[in-house]
Amino acid sequence: MKATPSTLRRTAAVVATGLALSLTLAACSGGGAGSAETGNADDIAAALKEKSTITVWAWAPAVEDIATAFEKENPNVTVKVVNAGTGNDQYIKLQNAIKAGSGAPDVAQIEYYALPQFALSDSLADLTDFGFDEYASEYTDSTWGSVNIGDGIYALPQDSGPMAMFYNKAVFDQYGLTVPTTWDEYIATAEKLHTANPDAYITNDTGDAGFATSMIWQAGGQPYTTKDSTDVTINLQDEGSKKFADTWNQLLDNDLLAATPSWSDEWYKGLGDGTIATLNIGAWMPGNLESGVPEAAGDWRVAPLPTYTAGDTASAENGGGGDAILKQSKNKLVAAAFLQYMNEGEGTQISIDAGGFPSTVADLNSDEFLGYESDYFGGQKINEVLVQSAEDVVPGWSYLPFQVYSNSIFSDTVGQSYADKGDINEGLTAWQKATASYGNEQGFTVTEK
Amino acid sequence: MTTLSTLPPSGQTLSKPRKPHVQKRDWTGWKFIGPFMIVFALVLIAPVLYSIYLSFFKDQLVGGNSFVGFENYGQALTDPKFWESMGRVTLFFVVQVPIMLGIALFAALAIDSARLHLSSFFRIAIFLPYAVPAVVATLMWGFMYGTKFGLVGNLNDFFNIAIPDPLSSSWVLASIGNIVTWEFIGYNMILFYAALRVIPTDLYEAASLDGANAFRIIRSIKMPALRPAIVIGGIFSVIGSFQLFNEPSILQSLAPNTISTYFSPNMYAYNLSFSGQQYNYSATIAIIVGLITAVIAYIVQNSGSRKEA
Repeated sequence: MKATPSTLRRTAAVVATGLALSLTLAACSGGGAGSAETGNADDIAAALKEKSTITVWAWAPAVEDIATAFEKENPNVTVKVVNAGTGNDQYIKLQNAIKAGSGAPDVAQIEYYALPQFALSDSLADLTDFGFDEYASEYTDSTWGSVNIGDGIYALPQDSGPMAMFYNKAVFDQYGLTVPTTWDEYIATAEKLHTANPDAYITNDTGDAGFATSMIWQAGGQPYTTKDSTDVTINLQDEGSKKFADTWNQLLDNDLLAATPSWSDEWYKGLGDGTIATLNIGAWMPGNLESGVPEAAGDWRVAPLPTYTAGDTASAENGGGGDAILKQSKNKLVAAAFLQYMNEGEGTQISIDAGGFPSTVADLNSDEFLGYESDYFGGQKINEVLVQSAEDVVPGWSYLPFQVYSNSIFSDTVGQSYADKGDINEGLTAWQKATASYGNEQGFTVTEK
Repeated sequence: MTTLSTLPPSGQTLSKPRKPHVQKRDWTGWKFIGPFMIVFALVLIAPVLYSIYLSFFKDQLVGGNSFVGFENYGQALTDPKFWESMGRVTLFFVVQVPIMLGIALFAALAIDSARLHLSSFFRIAIFLPYAVPAVVATLMWGFMYGTKFGLVGNLNDFFNIAIPDPLSSSWVLASIGNIVTWEFIGYNMILFYAALRVIPTDLYEAASLDGANAFRIIRSIKMPALRPAIVIGGIFSVIGSFQLFNEPSILQSLAPNTISTYFSPNMYAYNLSFSGQQYNYSATIAIIVGLITAVIAYIVQNSGSRKEA
């Protein structure tokens, strides 16, 4: 769900802005000066009895249905669901509304990687004000860790994306390949496959910030640390970052990666015809495979993400996000009630039915969820693998308070290593430098290591 | 308006009965031009003034908004990313615009020559790409440029050749130039063709009586008559080149590593404000690009009209 084709996104962005450019945007100053409502469960229940309307910005497909169900239970409340764009498109609009001081929704969907940016700029309500910190144990550690920034809770997790290796079993069988469990085996498999069929690649990668950060996460790297919300340290050459870069260099420099951008038409085609044999990606992928690559039904399987040491278990989150309440909201109590319904209450099942991968422990471990046999995956109980991955996520990761911008310049820096088939370490260093200079420019104190 | 205040006091006595008449005529003119001026002020003057205002401030994620004077301008003038993007669109302008105007001119002369069968068909066929929105045109070409499943890939397979990847870093600017040329030849052709149609036919008659052949007529009659249209086409092309945005921005998703976020000055300004929230710096870049474009457009116009004189 996190992953609508980026072509569409960009096109939409271009159409939306056209020649207006910087000349007409940029509203004046002003912070999030909404009402300072807080309250416990009783206050929320009382607020629901009054007639009210809240606006929700979200692109997850289930939200519409969740809103309808919520309205049925709370006839006084009207929930307006607006799709203000996917990912970055929506963040741009949200950021503009926050800057303008009005026009932001009550509730907004925000991916984990973007959450620190909004939380640290004091744009979101701290959900501990509504006693939501007591839900901590209901979510997986990694998703709760993502919404817990500083001392506050700034979103309730909705879906999550623990990584796994999706592989095309038909291709593996055809060339007599075994499923790799370590990255060394993965590289060997990549060579074997590409030698057997020069058109086939183990996977595609043209450089993707989300993927790279997740892979560094899995390798045990912690390149970003933030203290007191403005003291930032970046080290994209720590042990984990180097581990990932050194491994991926071997694939890149030996032409073992298909230079097909993810979510492009060529990509879907490659996933269908077996020229892209594996994908290391978040647990939200099965639905995308089913709808985007119907011709390969029955061919794909899921296996745990390869690790650096044999016998080890390590995973990372890739994508996924939660929903937050904006400081601007004039109706925070009702917004809190909806948030709780959507991501903690009945809404979680509606999300799962729509193909989302949950972050709630009870749903993840329910027999129904674990026992689900996917026809697309040849009857494999895929959720067993994916839920195990959620448990194996390496703890201690955090994103930058300006990760959205940093990711936007990934292709300017690390992408150049991909284009020249050079050293990814050099790209990471350039990325760190450009990111740090932006951070300092924005008033953060950025230390590079 | 200003004529009133500059009238010498002595003139007042001389033209006493005329004065109310002058004032009346002034205000009537303003009534006609008023609605336009209101819209003009609202959608052009105000945003430009606001951008200039913005460019003197710096709004940080941490620390808020502060007045910084010309700091943003100083930063922009020494910003290697900005100058790299300016260099790129300048190269684009120098190479692409002459090719585009040349082909458009050739097409206009061919259609006007009256020696072409089905000239109205060619006229509409050449013009048609201009009717395709730039976004659609770029997506279409983007698919054709694909080396795996696109037209380029098919050609490579069919003829067993290796056309270089049109979206690789050494070819991408030429590929974008190709799209832009395809899009705007028709527009410039119509511009030139319209200029050719207003040439009085007795000039041709006189020329042929004097024994001038077709090329002599082009050189001595058509080209001088076309000069104002070529200047106009040139000015539009200056603006178009320096404002390059749609094509690289859409192709970026197909070639993220070859089209950087500062590929053209407009893309740089766009990404500064929409990915980086650096609205102030973005406004500064926009103003500098606007000034440079205006200066170059002025030079083009001047050199064109000087030759005419």
